[in-house]
Amino acid sequence: MSELLFVEALTSALREEMERNPQVVLLGEDIGRNGGVFRVTLGLQARFGPERVVDTPVSEAGIVGAAVGLCLARMRPVCELQFDAFSYPALNQIITHVGRYRWRTRGTAPMPMVIRMPCGGGVRAPELHSDSPETYYCHTPGLTVVTPSTPADAKGLLTAAMRSPDPVIFLEPKKLYRHLRGEVPDGEHVTPLGVVRTVREGEDVTLFAWGAMVEVATATADALAQKGVSAHICDVRTLSPLDEEGLLAAARATGRVVIIQEAPRTCGVASEIAAILAERAMYDLKAPIQRVTGFDVPHPYFSIEHHHRPDPSRVLAAVHGTLEA
Amino acid sequence: MIYLRVFDERALIYHRHGRIGTWAISWGHEAIQVGAMSALRDHDWAFPSYRENKVGLVRGMSPADVLAGCRGHPQGWWNPNIWRLGSISIPVGSQVPHAVGFAWGERLQGRDTVALAFFGDGATSEGEFHEGANLAGVLGAPVVLLCTNNQWAISTPVRQQTRATSLADKAVGYGMPGVRVDGDDVIAVHLAVSEAVERARSGGGPTFIECVTYRMQAHAFPDDPSVYREDTDAAAARRNECLVRYERYLQRLDLLAPEVATRFRDEALARMAAAITEAEALPVPDPSLVFDHTYERKTPAMSRDLARLQASLAPGAAGKDSGRTP
Repeated sequence: MSELLFVEALTSALREEMERNPQVVLLGEDIGRNGGVFRVTLGLQARFGPERVVDTPVSEAGIVGAAVGLCLARMRPVCELQFDAFSYPALNQIITHVGRYRWRTRGTAPMPMVIRMPCGGGVRAPELHSDSPETYYCHTPGLTVVTPSTPADAKGLLTAAMRSPDPVIFLEPKKLYRHLRGEVPDGEHVTPLGVVRTVREGEDVTLFAWGAMVEVATATADALAQKGVSAHICDVRTLSPLDEEGLLAAARATGRVVIIQEAPRTCGVASEIAAILAERAMYDLKAPIQRVTGFDVPHPYFSIEHHHRPDPSRVLAAVHGTLEA
Repeated sequence: MIYLRVFDERALIYHRHGRIGTWAISWGHEAIQVGAMSALRDHDWAFPSYRENKVGLVRGMSPADVLAGCRGHPQGWWNPNIWRLGSISIPVGSQVPHAVGFAWGERLQGRDTVALAFFGDGATSEGEFHEGANLAGVLGAPVVLLCTNNQWAISTPVRQQTRATSLADKAVGYGMPGVRVDGDDVIAVHLAVSEAVERARSGGGPTFIECVTYRMQAHAFPDDPSVYREDTDAAAARRNECLVRYERYLQRLDLLAPEVATRFRDEALARMAAAITEAEALPVPDPSLVFDHTYERKTPAMSRDLARLQASLAPGAAGKDSGRTP
């Protein structure tokens, strides 16, 4: 075990998998000599050379489109897109090719790529540097959408993503890069995709969260514990395809559900989880499901962004509403 | 070339019968498709757009499979590794970066494969064409970017597509050679592509080739060109199209007797008649195919949906679905 920053855990996953598998290549803007704008790829070009850690032109569709070709050439590309909202120029490639190539070739041309990007707000960034684009990807069949919330999961899930037979959209909460430190297993560490993580067990209310919102859920649970309320926390981790059985078990643990999501509310992952619970666990629920989400607005400039991002006070209000229902 | 032409002619008729679905016709583009494909080695790859829906025939794909594809039948969804062909790209220009990434990946693994991307004049207005071409230049990827300038992107003439006098001029901006060639001359196309392929294979990087031709037919069925253009240009193009020219050329050299050309055409017609019979005799696809191959394995939710679909299709099941999720 080593005590690592979230960003260092990601770097170790990339470095170790590149050592193990010569088919893994990284491509992205500024990822080589500069190590990426968040320094996730720091030192990797020096170690593996400019052909395996490729500084590309400013070209999101070009990066992802080239990765499609690399998969056909039986490589395992890992693309870095510099910011969440800068993935939108690549949406055409992601939706029309990355998510569909396996299907249109009847399984003969899989797309085993990882598309990494920072996501979310809370770091006082300019416009279009704080988006939570998860729903666009979850709504696209063929993609696996993953977001870690701890350094250990950052390493374990990214390693699993680089071994997945299907394309993985890997969302890295930028708030956690240098703010969160934790124990990370040394050497090979793989965390299966598609399985929720129980952050803590509790009896009175279940909090569902993912990415940077797991911290918010934990802070809320600590505050609830002071008042004698025991919260169960489920880190969703893989946003698509969802671990329905894991979600159902977590909801049934308490019968009261609050879902916390940083992304805008409409048609989001929180809505999907709420619908699954309503379809399959309605009679196990003791109160209406609550969602605490970002508002249906563009992510605001940073002087007011704290009103937009769910915080423990908003979650507490929702929990109280659930407990009183 | 005759075989590809006959395929298009028959496809038009089958479409009008309602026996195949939408078909992008490339009548008159045979010199480009055959000229370019014959400049590749077997292990080289091509990345077709929807208008190169017949290039698989040049690689030996069964016409029945190509027709099956036009019928929406999975028999026609090809394995790219067998035919060394990327799957047909419908979004315009989006296959250009695929060819670049593929070519570069092959080079990284020490193979001398070349990739050829087919696209039309309209694609040169798309961002992904630019991003792919730019990346090809920067990486020095062994790729040939082959533009079929048939003067029309559905109803948009090339003069409304670009202010450039020649599409080949765009190559300068990407730091690669730009070549303009008569797309109705199969020998000229073959030579231009052969030279570009050789440059790519020997480490000389990418080439942009503009093949100038004319789209004599509709964009696809049921497009109607009479709405947006006079037929005089198309009629003139028909008098000078690639098959007419190549046949005349070979006859002048005494390399092709008229009866031989007729025999080729008759043989192609017989193959097509057999192919449509074969394609129409394919079994109805299993409904489970709806859920196959989206992921390596079906998700639990997909398996549940499939069970419900199969139950609803079982004999006597009509109206019995309660709508409740198990």
